[in-house]
Amino acid sequence: MNVLEVRDLSIALPAGGDRADAASKVSFSVGRGEIVCLVGESGSGKSVIAQSVMGLLPKALPLAGGSIRLNGEELVGMPEAGLRLRRATRMSMIFQEPMTALNPVMTCGDQIDEVLKFHSHASAEERRSRILGIVREVSLPDPQRIVASYPHQLSGGQRQRIMIAMALVLEPALLIADEPTTALDVTTQAQILNLILQLQKKHGTGVLFITHDFGVVAEIAHRVAVLRLGELVEMGTRDEVLKAPRHDYTKMLIGSVPTLKPVARPARPDAPLVLETMKLSKTYRERSWFGAGREVHAAQDVSLEVRRGQTLGIVGESGSGKSTVARCIVRLVDPSSGDIRLSGEEIARMPARELRPLRRKVQIVFQDPYRSLNPRRTVGESIVEGPLNYGIGRVEAFDRARKLLELVRMDNSALARYPHQFSGGQRQRICIARALAMEPELLVADEAVSALDVSVQAQVLQLLEEIRTRLNLAMLFITHDLRVAAQVCDQVAVMSKGRVVEYGAAAEVFLRPRHEYTRALFDAAPGRGFAFAST
Amino acid sequence: MFARVFRNLSVCIGASVIALMVLLAVAAPWLGTVDPSLFDAGSRDLLPGKVGEITTLEGETLQHTFLMGSDSFGRDIYSRVLYGTRVSLVVGIATALLALAAGIVCGLGAGYLRWLDGILMRFMDGIMAIPAILIAIALVALWRGSIFTVVAAIAIPEIPRVTRLVRSLVLTIREEPYVEAAIALGTPTWKILFGHILPNCIAPLLVQGTFTCAFAILVEAILSFLGVGLPPDIPTWGNIMAEGRAQFVSFPHNVFFPGVFLAVTVLAINILGDGLRDTLDPKMAKRV
Repeated sequence: MNVLEVRDLSIALPAGGDRADAASKVSFSVGRGEIVCLVGESGSGKSVIAQSVMGLLPKALPLAGGSIRLNGEELVGMPEAGLRLRRATRMSMIFQEPMTALNPVMTCGDQIDEVLKFHSHASAEERRSRILGIVREVSLPDPQRIVASYPHQLSGGQRQRIMIAMALVLEPALLIADEPTTALDVTTQAQILNLILQLQKKHGTGVLFITHDFGVVAEIAHRVAVLRLGELVEMGTRDEVLKAPRHDYTKMLIGSVPTLKPVARPARPDAPLVLETMKLSKTYRERSWFGAGREVHAAQDVSLEVRRGQTLGIVGESGSGKSTVARCIVRLVDPSSGDIRLSGEEIARMPARELRPLRRKVQIVFQDPYRSLNPRRTVGESIVEGPLNYGIGRVEAFDRARKLLELVRMDNSALARYPHQFSGGQRQRICIARALAMEPELLVADEAVSALDVSVQAQVLQLLEEIRTRLNLAMLFITHDLRVAAQVCDQVAVMSKGRVVEYGAAAEVFLRPRHEYTRALFDAAPGRGFAFAST
Repeated sequence: MFARVFRNLSVCIGASVIALMVLLAVAAPWLGTVDPSLFDAGSRDLLPGKVGEITTLEGETLQHTFLMGSDSFGRDIYSRVLYGTRVSLVVGIATALLALAAGIVCGLGAGYLRWLDGILMRFMDGIMAIPAILIAIALVALWRGSIFTVVAAIAIPEIPRVTRLVRSLVLTIREEPYVEAAIALGTPTWKILFGHILPNCIAPLLVQGTFTCAFAILVEAILSFLGVGLPPDIPTWGNIMAEGRAQFVSFPHNVFFPGVFLAVTVLAINILGDGLRDTLDPKMAKRV
């Protein structure tokens, strides 16, 4: 018998939404010991389906029909008390953000204990030994200490392990994992995926795994269900769906996944240098009244070069210092030591007034398209802001804005509209247009495609590539995603703990990584050994 | 944005009551009132609705219906309350504007310019340590009672509150990527402050403004009641109540009518503020 049977599940959206249903007539099942991946882009309804199984749907999204059976027992229409008894014991859930999913004022041990107290009559001693047992099982070092720690004392990966321990301590038949590794670094992600695989095999747990990442799907899934705008478009085994997708939408999605194989590009060592950093360092000092304050070396001795028409990628995990380097180069933060030469001119310690005319040469595109545009300004006002700052007339600036919108393939009518009227991908295009309005020599893209869905990501990457060749721009591309780096970079610098550990031509670094950390990074890349349909 | 705001019931109720008050204040001369300073010894302590005589400045004697009765000088409470509305609304709105303007400038400076933060905020802490009414009493005692003194006296203790609010907003907004993008675009600091950061603070400031306005009206009444506000010849709700206090047991109407106006106005402004908060700043509504 299947652990989970979902039949014709429909969930209504509030009136005035972009479609009638968050999910319409979705059917799938999860067997014992099976991992089923629900894949889809944002807004496809995958999280809502998970919430409906747990009985956690917000009131604004009522169940419109269908049936959800857990071990043959109908959950639709079950009173809240009944659902509560089944949560944690028969089904449990882990979430994307391990920091907010744990209570910051309770120790991790107490949080696991809470689950046991509510659902079992075990004595304090039995519970204690069970807690230590499960903490050991999720491979956390020094269980005694971990149990007594508060969530903020643990790393993201450790927190996610605590979440998994909480979810599995009562050995539920079904585990729902809602993007559990999306907020984690790639090496941590690989460990957590491994752990989930191991535990579900050992306990025979059925897993409903929600993700947007096809690499993760390739790594973990037995079967795959592809969702699009609330409809299930394709369902099959992992190899069927990933290698021989039938539906056009699945084909398009899989075709958009960038490959890890670097694109061959001609080297142009004679192109003029646009940016050069020499021993660039940034140290954050926490001042304290007594004794020495704490020092954090965010970036140390970073020496890089970017030539005209070339893209340098900085890859690394969170906290590696890659964004700090970018922000130093744009002079959003002041570097502590080292040089930054922009077209030969030293700007690392230049005072603000002298720096101002040079600012237009370097422009930056940020990660979060929802926060990169002032919500109270029209798109036009945002794009012309830079040119107006440098004394260009309004008419001319708007002319330029119109041309740029065309370049980023957006309609001119966008000028008079506000950012909230656009999707994430469109906003990112607007941000690119805003940066280009300054006619920069160097474009810094700080995780510029990381927040986008894979199909939109492919379009924006293509656009960036086109702009780079057309305008002969130098580009600094910061990303944590090796696949993306492989597609766009000529040169790659791998950063770890504030230092550049490997630096060279992309083909060289990707095909023959020399440094241990680079190798670890590649080994951890989800789905690395998997040939997607497009490759 | 405005269509959404006016769909909220609290906003509609609050705004219509305030609109009514403004109308009463503006149209006071045409609403069957007499000059609020006129008195007549023969019409002292009349009960509401009684007809009596009142002498104009030219010495004429008029028949007048005292809708809300008269006080112990024979002045018409109805006229005094309606003209008092003018003073209260002016004090409320002027105080709110003054406190907001000063608070916005200080808050933007403290939030964005790090070197200014410590000095300015410690100064604000200092002001906040002194009870607001005490400062107001001291300032009024220092400068003689006039409408400007009263507004300044009530606004100054309110400035730290607005400053703190603006500062905390600036501290979060300054980290937004669109502000960093503006820096990269070479936008001068003052343009970033007033063009990018301030417009994104408007919603909470509007809400704060309404609460300051209600508070100011209340404090003005308190100051007048204590005899340290506006001079007694200017009719304000607080003055009328202060003068009626001695006779409260025998003639409660002296205190009752201005009290009702005061309570209704302050309540309406607060309801409007609550409604604005709920519609403009849903996050804050859940927290408070």
